[in-house]
Amino acid sequence: MRPSFPHSLGAAPHLHEGATTARVMWTVALCLAPSGLWGIWQFGLPALLVLVTAIAAAIAAEVLVGLLRRRFSLADGSAFLTGLFVAYTMPPSVPLGVPAAAALFAVLVVKGSFGGLGANWLNPSLAGTAFALLSWTAAMGSFAAPSIWGLPGGVRAILPPFAFLSAHPGAAPAQASASAERLLTLGHYPVSPFAHGLSAWLASHVHIGIDPHAIDLLVGFVPGAIGELSPLLLLIGYLVLLRRRIVGAAIPAAFVGSLLLVSWVFGGLAFGRGLFHGFPLFHLIAGGALLGALFMANDPVTSPRSPVGKLVFGAGAGALTFLLGDWGSYPAAMPFAILLMNALVPMLDRGARRRRIALRAREALR
Amino acid sequence: MSRRVSRPERGIALSERTSPAHRSPIRNAILPSTATVALSQHIGAPAECVVRVGDRVREGSLIGRPNGLISSSVHSPIPGVVTSIRTVVLPGGERSEAVVIALEGGFDRPVGGTLREPPERSSEELLSHLARMGVVGLGGAGLPTHLKLRPPKGLAIDLLIVNGAECEPYLSADFRLMVERPGRILAGAAIAARLLGAKAIRVAVRASYPEAIESMRAEIRGGGLPMEIVPVSSAYPAGDERALTQSVGGRRIPSGARSADVGVVVVSVATLAALHDAVALERPLFERVVTVAGGAVAEPANLKARIGTPIGALLEECGGFLQRPERILVGGPFSGSVTFDLDTPVTKRTTAVLALTSEEVKAAAPTPCINCGRCEEACPRELVPDRLLRLVERDRLEDAAAEGLAECNECGCCSYVCPAHLPLVESFRRGKLLARNRGVA
Repeated sequence: MRPSFPHSLGAAPHLHEGATTARVMWTVALCLAPSGLWGIWQFGLPALLVLVTAIAAAIAAEVLVGLLRRRFSLADGSAFLTGLFVAYTMPPSVPLGVPAAAALFAVLVVKGSFGGLGANWLNPSLAGTAFALLSWTAAMGSFAAPSIWGLPGGVRAILPPFAFLSAHPGAAPAQASASAERLLTLGHYPVSPFAHGLSAWLASHVHIGIDPHAIDLLVGFVPGAIGELSPLLLLIGYLVLLRRRIVGAAIPAAFVGSLLLVSWVFGGLAFGRGLFHGFPLFHLIAGGALLGALFMANDPVTSPRSPVGKLVFGAGAGALTFLLGDWGSYPAAMPFAILLMNALVPMLDRGARRRRIALRAREALR
Repeated sequence: MSRRVSRPERGIALSERTSPAHRSPIRNAILPSTATVALSQHIGAPAECVVRVGDRVREGSLIGRPNGLISSSVHSPIPGVVTSIRTVVLPGGERSEAVVIALEGGFDRPVGGTLREPPERSSEELLSHLARMGVVGLGGAGLPTHLKLRPPKGLAIDLLIVNGAECEPYLSADFRLMVERPGRILAGAAIAARLLGAKAIRVAVRASYPEAIESMRAEIRGGGLPMEIVPVSSAYPAGDERALTQSVGGRRIPSGARSADVGVVVVSVATLAALHDAVALERPLFERVVTVAGGAVAEPANLKARIGTPIGALLEECGGFLQRPERILVGGPFSGSVTFDLDTPVTKRTTAVLALTSEEVKAAAPTPCINCGRCEEACPRELVPDRLLRLVERDRLEDAAAEGLAECNECGCCSYVCPAHLPLVESFRRGKLLARNRGVA
């Protein structure tokens, strides 16, 4: 059989590993799915509606940008992912106009106006979330109780554990050595029956004492934003991506390490406990820090390329997440922390580029 | 013996599985009824034609002699009559004069011949003998071997690396040579080392080729040869001259320099076997082993083909196509060129003829760069391909030069891994050409 003309006029290399941008995006979306499904299971229809609204708005915005630029990029999955990320940082009870506005802002203003995928210098979904936090502060700060707690239906706004502790710092000074979970217990913070039962079972059968609050935090039986409830599911999704070499480890490691360190050193101050009495693990798993550290800060478009740049970027975002959250006006400071570091990326990579060029020039002279 | 495997620092890991062609012993291809012998089969000036239409030639007769210092000889691969001299397009797009010979008459050259001690000759005599025999690099570059083995002025070469890394997928001709003809390769290596004045010979063999390592080791032991086998990684491009100089020679080649600058010369196993045949058997280079493979080929094989054989004849001899090939290549999948013409003749640089299916090529439309950095991780020359692409596309060639554009050897690792399917290597090739034309350093 002779090949009929024309077949592809391809340039070398004539093989490809097989990855495509679309496949990368959809794999990330898939690895994030368990965390979102968990949110839907906890909060039901409102959470689902927020997700659908944000994703639909992001896709609509992408279509609009495509019409204006006469270049379509829907299939690459990036708009879907942006919508997903926007929804993941929203409380399930938020009015649907908020996720819609945030997703439109993300795709139209932050991504589209700078030239689309790959050209934006801020993480679009985080910029959308920040936009919502600044514009609808109250709506973004009120959280519903997880259904598993079985609280009376009238309970609407309940503080997430982190905000709860900040609002009730009184018990802390007396208990300088107490853990964050102990303080939650002292404040009569609700516990899920599951965590209660598991904690009791572990204590009696394996003689391991784990505070039920810690179980709730780790598994994700707490109030919070839709996609950041369960550190466990987020971690599993991240590890799958890491193993498939879709994302790296440098930025998350630096982020987590610096968040742990800074919150351990300074985290006790707000509770009158002095230096080196913070709750590092609590800071990591309560709130959106982990979603930011494992996924958003790792967005390749808006993070540095050089190894040193990655470490500085991750460490900066981790430290700022704590500092802005603990001492700033918005307890959920992860979006602001990462956006601030996004803005520094060109600077972080410029140093590496200069060094590289200088090294090459020096070697050529020899 | 340690199982230490020398690997390149970067590049890409490929499957270590061997292909069906690896299990197919070298066999002689059917003689072509007409051979189209290009006069430009090497780096440098095309050979000067010494035959005219109507001339009778014998197998191995000189048909083109070296034209200037950087050139080589070309011989008739078959006995016959010169029917025409015309221009052909070689793989890669280069045009060349070619002598077309119709098969006729008998073979009067002894087949194979016996191994014997090479006659005592001075280095200078040996080098000009190699030029007369038309021996050039068979790894694909086609640098005349008499130039490669002339020790550069002022540089002492102390290490010869025998290149049996065969790092491009699908290729298996070097593997078969190492398994079947280790004696010729190593005898050729001894001659090359003598010419270079190199005291040490290291034989780099792909670590995933245990059979080849065993065969070469047995030959070294049997002959008591002062050579050392170094298994090398099967990552691509472990067989690149720079990579081998680093991994096997332990020497880093500075930016802008070549391996000879650090006292190392790398020669492929196929070239060394041809060199041996030219010296010990007085056999001009008019045939070579070509791997015929790819998902669209029915029976992949390694064929010893006469130069000038149309690639279509080789494909036909391997059972033709199982399915419509997406691309037909002359050369390896990373460095070869697409051809549309099955009459394209085999040259001394033809390492392989591949017919790849669309499942193998996995072509996709380019999408925007997402800054993932995989290209940079893959680049064996430590360049930053996505940055270079941006610079070349915006015609900032001075900046591209500062970022090392000229050092790209077009290995293709960056394009292979790019999830955005950006035409990286393609634009570097264009950028390098533009930079040369405009005299950008």
